[in-house]
Amino acid sequence: MRRGGAWFRRVVLGLALVYFLVPLASLADFSVRFPLTGKVDGAAWVALFGGGEADRLSLLREGLTNSLIMAVMAVVISLGLLLPTMMLVRLRLPRMIKVVEFVCLLPLTIPAVVLVVGLAPVYLVISTKILDSNTIWLAFAYVILCLPYVYRALDSGLRAIDLKTLSETARSFGASWPTVLLRVIVPNVRSALVSSVFVTLAVVLGEFTFARMLARTNLQTALFEINLSDGQIAAAVSLLVLGGTIVLMVTLDLVVALQERRIRPSTRSDVS
Amino acid sequence: MTATPTVTGRDAVSASRPVLPGGINVLGTVPFFAYTAVFLVLPTILVAVGAFVARDGSLTLNGITQVMSPRTVGIFATSLWISALTALIGTVCGGLIAYALSLSPAGSLGRRVFTALMSVTAQFGGVMLAFAFIATIGINGLVTRLLTPFPALTPDPGFLSSLGGVALVYCYFQIPLMVIVFLPAVEGLRPQWREATENLGGTTWTYWTRVAGPILLPSLLGSFLLLFANAFSAFATAAALISQESVIVPLEIESALRNENDLGMDAYAQALALGMILVVAVVMALYAVLMKRAARWTP
Repeated sequence: MRRGGAWFRRVVLGLALVYFLVPLASLADFSVRFPLTGKVDGAAWVALFGGGEADRLSLLREGLTNSLIMAVMAVVISLGLLLPTMMLVRLRLPRMIKVVEFVCLLPLTIPAVVLVVGLAPVYLVISTKILDSNTIWLAFAYVILCLPYVYRALDSGLRAIDLKTLSETARSFGASWPTVLLRVIVPNVRSALVSSVFVTLAVVLGEFTFARMLARTNLQTALFEINLSDGQIAAAVSLLVLGGTIVLMVTLDLVVALQERRIRPSTRSDVS
Repeated sequence: MTATPTVTGRDAVSASRPVLPGGINVLGTVPFFAYTAVFLVLPTILVAVGAFVARDGSLTLNGITQVMSPRTVGIFATSLWISALTALIGTVCGGLIAYALSLSPAGSLGRRVFTALMSVTAQFGGVMLAFAFIATIGINGLVTRLLTPFPALTPDPGFLSSLGGVALVYCYFQIPLMVIVFLPAVEGLRPQWREATENLGGTTWTYWTRVAGPILLPSLLGSFLLLFANAFSAFATAAALISQESVIVPLEIESALRNENDLGMDAYAQALALGMILVVAVVMALYAVLMKRAARWTP
């Protein structure tokens, strides 16, 4: 029985690994192969890193810049909005915890393609009456897309600390509420903050639906356009973004795992 | 910025005693609720109301009538079966992988890296994933070229922009999603249950059909529904693969939004979106029921 289990495990996981890695390998191959002749050439990578062909890449550069600015905005807004609110309801309004949770998880059940139909009139007002039609204002809507993930990360972070005791102690030493938030709570939920930043980054850099439907330029819509004229460049950039995300996430996970391992033995000995 | 702006810095007791009237605390939640009202609740209401309102503000059933037309019903049907098919494939393959993963030593490096890889690929859907598959089994794809010596196995160049192709690409994010959501359930299977079955003379078959199967069934069905909703909502991947016609609902919404100046299309995009909300709402309600049952066996 045991031996059968081991074989089953190896075969299934091996096949899965092949299925998940072949498309990535193909992207790498595609980015260096000239489509018609099949000759290997690194023109796409030279264009990306060597510069020189500014025109061809200007759209991509614009999209990437917009996406990066929006990622920063989304991180700042979502954390600035959620962390104080979650602290407040935990400390003072426990009955509202469920309401905040419900609102934060709502975007998981409303498809982005549905949300954008309702966001179109909202953005019409924003672009004509309040701000302008710059792509970066899409960051406001991206905050909503990130909300469930940021909420979950912060929720598990806040669960792990004794919020009440920490804030009461800090308050009785005369700390103001901003001090409690920034110098007591924030350092204690550091790893939750880091993971919510990474998730936000991944969501914003990968977002296509809103930008496409509202006719704005972000990284994904730029890739979409460039692929029509230059598939090699699109493949090279996709590989960079996908590979970068995988390395980032796996590293993050391993760092968290190592920290857990470091913390766990000490807490266990405390208990015993 | 601060949660409770009315509390002064030296008011040391305020953290432990709710000396302030509750109303002032509630004020602190205003930024959060105002923000989500504008960017989440308002758009949803605009969709629901917009499905029945024409551009000039009068009530109309045009959008609903259009959704009921045979063509749109057909698009909904395609969307539903492609979501069901990819959710089924995802549930079976992802379930097997999750079980295989639960057999490997807990906390080992390989298992952690594999799980992290799954959680990243579960989010992969999108333009870049479509490119990756074009690079694999498209006309100039890696696998296509490797298989050229065997004409019978060579994928058809048009396959990727057909429904079958879209389904295959969807599996790339459906299977990992299944692994992520189903892993906790299989990890909850205790070795003692298997030992107890064996002690009582049960075979492996008895164990799976009479013990583990019934315990896992609610999570299995629940995960299937989650995968279904996931595929049903996906837009970017299909948009990058299919350029000619709107075969699934999200693509039809895109073209309806584009043609909004067409008077005959009044309220059509909103009505389509409302239809999607209804489908997802039913699926999520069923999911909630199943998860309640599944919670019995997960500590």
